[in-house]
Amino acid sequence: MEKLLEEFSLGLFVWQTILFVALLLLLKKFAWKPILDAVNERETSIRESLSAAEKAREDMEAVQADNKRILKQARSERDALLAEAKTESTKIVNQAKEDAKAEADKITAQAQVTIQNEKNAAINELKGQVASLSIDIAAKVLQTELKDQAAQEKFVSELVKEIEVK
Amino acid sequence: MLILLKRKSLFLLALLLTGVVSAKEKQEITENLSAKEIQKKEIKDYIMHHLQDSYDFSFFSYTNESGEHVYIGAPLPIILWDKGLKVFSSSKFHHGETVAEVDGNYYAISHNKIYKTDAEGTIIYDEDHHATNEAPLDFSITKGVVSIMFTFLLMFFLFKNLADSYAKNGGIASGVGRFFEPIVLYVRDDIAIPNIGEKKYKKYMSFLLTVFFFVWFLNILGLTPLGINVTGNIAVTFCLALITFLLTNLTGTKDYWLHIFDPLGSSMKWYAKVPLYIILIPIEVLGIFVKPFSLLIRLYANMQAGHIVLMSLIGLMFIFKSWLGSPLSFGLAFAISFIEVLVALLQAYIFTMLSALYFGFASEEHEHHDEIEAH
Repeated sequence: MEKLLEEFSLGLFVWQTILFVALLLLLKKFAWKPILDAVNERETSIRESLSAAEKAREDMEAVQADNKRILKQARSERDALLAEAKTESTKIVNQAKEDAKAEADKITAQAQVTIQNEKNAAINELKGQVASLSIDIAAKVLQTELKDQAAQEKFVSELVKEIEVK
Repeated sequence: MLILLKRKSLFLLALLLTGVVSAKEKQEITENLSAKEIQKKEIKDYIMHHLQDSYDFSFFSYTNESGEHVYIGAPLPIILWDKGLKVFSSSKFHHGETVAEVDGNYYAISHNKIYKTDAEGTIIYDEDHHATNEAPLDFSITKGVVSIMFTFLLMFFLFKNLADSYAKNGGIASGVGRFFEPIVLYVRDDIAIPNIGEKKYKKYMSFLLTVFFFVWFLNILGLTPLGINVTGNIAVTFCLALITFLLTNLTGTKDYWLHIFDPLGSSMKWYAKVPLYIILIPIEVLGIFVKPFSLLIRLYANMQAGHIVLMSLIGLMFIFKSWLGSPLSFGLAFAISFIEVLVALLQAYIFTMLSALYFGFASEEHEHHDEIEAH
């Protein structure tokens, strides 16, 4: 203990105290405060960034779930639409088939009527012509009959030949 | 041949130990002692001298051809208060060998202290071998003060630089600060916060950080061949412990003082406490002083002991002077150096840690008083 007291140097103690306190105050102002502030700030910003990232992730997940739901809904809607369209188209095709058949039947019937009419008209005309020809032949036969027998027969046969030629 | 070898070893010894022993003191004991004993005494003196502060900054010394001591280093300013300020260079003492004359006053160095003497430099000793001469107030810039100034500048620029690098580098440390930033954070997260508490640690941070790096750097500086022993000086550790003591007691809360003067609190009736307190309170009051005192002795003794062990091992080399002994002591010294590097950090840590612990006591606020009432 005595040795310690003997070794104690007041000068060194005074210098040490002055220098240490000055260093403490200088570092406090120029180093420790800015350093600790910067580190604190950085830590706060890291903490905030992490929580923001976590929040973003949650948001993302929500958005994804939303998307999935919407997609599912759209798919089911599409399916419903497709099914509806299919029945509708089948209906339309069937309708069209029926319509076409009816139309065709109608046209056929009309054509048959027209053909019948034409046929009747042609028969009637033929009948008229046959009648007038018959009358002509009869008139000529009658004219020639009055001259002689031989000529008559000859004439008739000629006429007959004529008819055949025609 | 033998003389040459001895001279060589002396030179090496001086180079490693960088101590200075005054020729006068040596002369006293050189008579009737064998060469081996003289050498042992020389080594002991070198070590003892090294452990003390010095008035000049010498790197090494050697004895030249004509038997003179040659010192390589720089003298430092001597500042005395002896009925007026006296400032002169320590070269006037010629490493304690001569008397310095300043303004008609004579001063001489004895046992590393400056005394006022007559023109011949006579120092009168009493029976306990204490000098009875008048000692002027001595504020010299000694080797220790220079080392403290160096550490001052080093720390200031280092940590100022670190602080500035945050602003320049977008909140991220750059350069050498990358090494020191984790240590600053360690002091905060593992020393200050656990011991003092989240709420109050901030006001002690500056002291804790400064004292940690100050002690660490000076400890490390003491391991360099410059032969500096600042943290192993009682005046320095006393100053550091005194600041811890002042900070602890000046920032002490009501609970801290209650804990000292009423340690049992409301757990006992007052008349039961009186006889206990006759013993308890003096112990608690003593504790206020013992805590920082343990700090100053621990740091001093550890650094002092480290230097003594290391230098004794180096000194052994010159005593053995054999192919077996000297390498052995070299190996030991080498191993101890590594341990000393760890001790340098450890002592800085312990000083800071215990200071933080005492600040923790000082800033404690008991919440359990209210809890008891609530129950």
